[in-house]
This record gives sequence, C-alpha cells and structure tokens, in this order.
Amino acid sequence: MSIMEIIGSFLVIVGSIFLFLGALGIYRMPDLYSRLQAGTKATTLGAMSVILGVGFWEPDWFLKLLVLVVFIGYSNPLSSHAMARAMFKKKIFPWTKEGGVDAYKEVIEPTGEKQES
Amino acid sequence: MNSQPTHLQPLSTQTKVSRFLMNWLLLTIVWIGFTGTFDLHELLTGIVVAGILSFMAIRIFTCCDLALLAPKKLFYLGKFIVVFLVALVKSNFDMARRVLSPALPINPGVVKFKSQLKSNFAKMVLANAITLTPGTLSIDVIDDTFYIHWIDVKSADPEVAFKEIAEDFENLLIKIF
Amino acid sequence: MEYIIYFALSIMAVALVFVAIRFIKGPTTGDRVIALDTLTTLGVSGIVLASYLFHRFIYLDVALVYGVLGFIGVIVIARYLEGAL
Repeated sequence: MSIMEIIGSFLVIVGSIFLFLGALGIYRMPDLYSRLQAGTKATTLGAMSVILGVGFWEPDWFLKLLVLVVFIGYSNPLSSHAMARAMFKKKIFPWTKEGGVDAYKEVIEPTGEKQES
Repeated sequence: MNSQPTHLQPLSTQTKVSRFLMNWLLLTIVWIGFTGTFDLHELLTGIVVAGILSFMAIRIFTCCDLALLAPKKLFYLGKFIVVFLVALVKSNFDMARRVLSPALPINPGVVKFKSQLKSNFAKMVLANAITLTPGTLSIDVIDDTFYIHWIDVKSADPEVAFKEIAEDFENLLIKIF
Repeated sequence: MEYIIYFALSIMAVALVFVAIRFIKGPTTGDRVIALDTLTTLGVSGIVLASYLFHRFIYLDVALVYGVLGFIGVIVIARYLEGAL
C-alpha cells in the first residue's frame, strides 16, 4: 500500500465512525435542537472525510469530489439553520434545564404573528 | 435574514461589472470541477455558459466582487478556512464525547449577541461557521442580532457569549468582506 | 481496500437503522425532516463509496444530484412549515 492509500483508508474509517456517531446523536438526544446539532456537525465532517478519502484513493476524481465536499459543507448547515428557524416559528421551544435562558422566545411570543421575510 | 432586500437597491456600473466578472470566474471554476477535464471544447462551452449565467444573475448572486482577489484578502480567506476546519474537527470530538457519555452532559439554551458585520453574505458565512463550531447552532439573524442555540450555556450575557462563540471568525471576516 | 469499504458500509448501515428509528418515531415533523436530511447525507457517502467499489466515474454524478435534490427538499419543507411559501 502506498502512502496515499493509507491516508485514504484512515479518512474513510474515521468518516464512517463519525457518521455513525451522528446517527447515534440523532437517536439519543432529548429535543429537536440538540438533535439538529449532533446530526449536522457529525454527518458533515463524516461525509466530507469519507469523500476526501475516496479522493485520495483515486486522484483522477479529486476535482469532482472536491466540488461534492464543498457542496456538502455549504448546504448542510444551511438546511439545518432553515429547519431550526421553521420549527421555532411553529412555537416548538427547546428543552432547557431549570432557569435556562431562551432569548429567542421573547421575539416570537409577544406578537404571536409570523414575520414576513 | 430578515433585513433589507439588497437586490432592490440600485447599483453603480462599476459594481455590476466587477460582480459579473467575479461570478464568471467562480462559475467557470465550478464547471471545471464538474467536468473534470481541461479539454478545449469542454472549456469553451463552460466559459460561454458561465458568462451567460452570470450575466443573468448579476442582481441575485451578490456574494462578492473582484476586490476579493487582492492577495491580502486571499491570505485571510485561507486563514479563515484553516481556523474553520480546526473548529469543525474540535466540535466533532466535543459532540462525540457528549453523545457517548451515558449521562448526556448537556445544558441547552438560546443566547443572543450583536455582530458588526455589514453585508448579508458575510452574515451568512458567519452563521454557517457558527453552526459548525463546538456546541452552537444559529437559529435566526434579525438585522445584526444573532440568535444561537448553545448546547452548554456558560453565560446568558451577550458580550461573554460573543467572545466565546464568534470573536475569532468575526475578526477574520471583517478583513475579508 | 475492499475490506475497508465493506467495514465503512456496514457501520453506515447500522447508522441508517438508528436514523430510520428516529424517522418513524420522531414526535414532531421537524425530527422527521432532520432524519431525512441525515439519510440523504448517508446516501451520498454510500454512493461515493459504491462508485469506487465498482470503478464507475458516472456514479459521482448520481451522488451530486441526490445531494442537491435532498438539500432543495429540506429547504422547501422548512419554508412551507414556516408559512412563507
């Protein structure tokens, strides 16, 4: 095995483990926003790392895989942000411990109307 | 994202040309990435199609103009990417620790802080970067106030939160955009 | 090399099961949409691995289009739930 193949194998294994941890986080976390956090971060790095690992195995494909990596790194946080805002506007508030802060609730609650955007 | 729609403001001719050229360059790079070849015919088709698309999209894709290509800004852009990747890896180990420990050590809450960034695109980049850094998720941006869901709230004070979450990124982004 | 791909794919299959449980169980619509988004990301990585396994360059296009469609789907659902569509 050459050095490129070793780097690629390492990246693929680490990426798949992070994908698994993200799925576990989605399964275990208590409320929607914590699930979003676990899901977004772990799956983003996991998918990026798997795809880059394949790029190290097959250097001819590297440019196209790089486009894929940039797209995933750009689109995943955007979709999770859109989802978080939509669920907040549906008045589903995050689970907090006693005395937890919730600054955004004050924006949604007093008028009760949806802001146009 | 609820702020003034920038695509309705009038633009000067210089800004338009500059944005058009920048879009053209970016789209051509994306095309080369898609096709994966430097064949002459493919390249010519890509350049023509990217030119037409960026001419049609001058008012919509208002990300950046040619000033971004100054070497100093490119240097800070590279530095931003490195800082961002380090934060991404750190956040994943942090998240793995929380997910794997049996007691789920989390203390979630929503904090807010103000940012000094002006352009909408810079705000979007900052919000995306916040989403991928340790334990934070951006929920909404209203004018210049960011609302952040924080999985382990250390302080509800806006300034402390700003220092903890966004200071590094914002210092770099101000220099870039 | 192939054993590494089989290892990664089997780990991702277990992950798929966890996400599918959340997809079926999820108390709110939001949970289901998050699970769907994660399923898309898992699918994209799986297709990339498969394209290396079968040595087909064209499968990468499938992965890219799948990722774009999943992203647009989640954005559209979010805008719909927000009431802005």
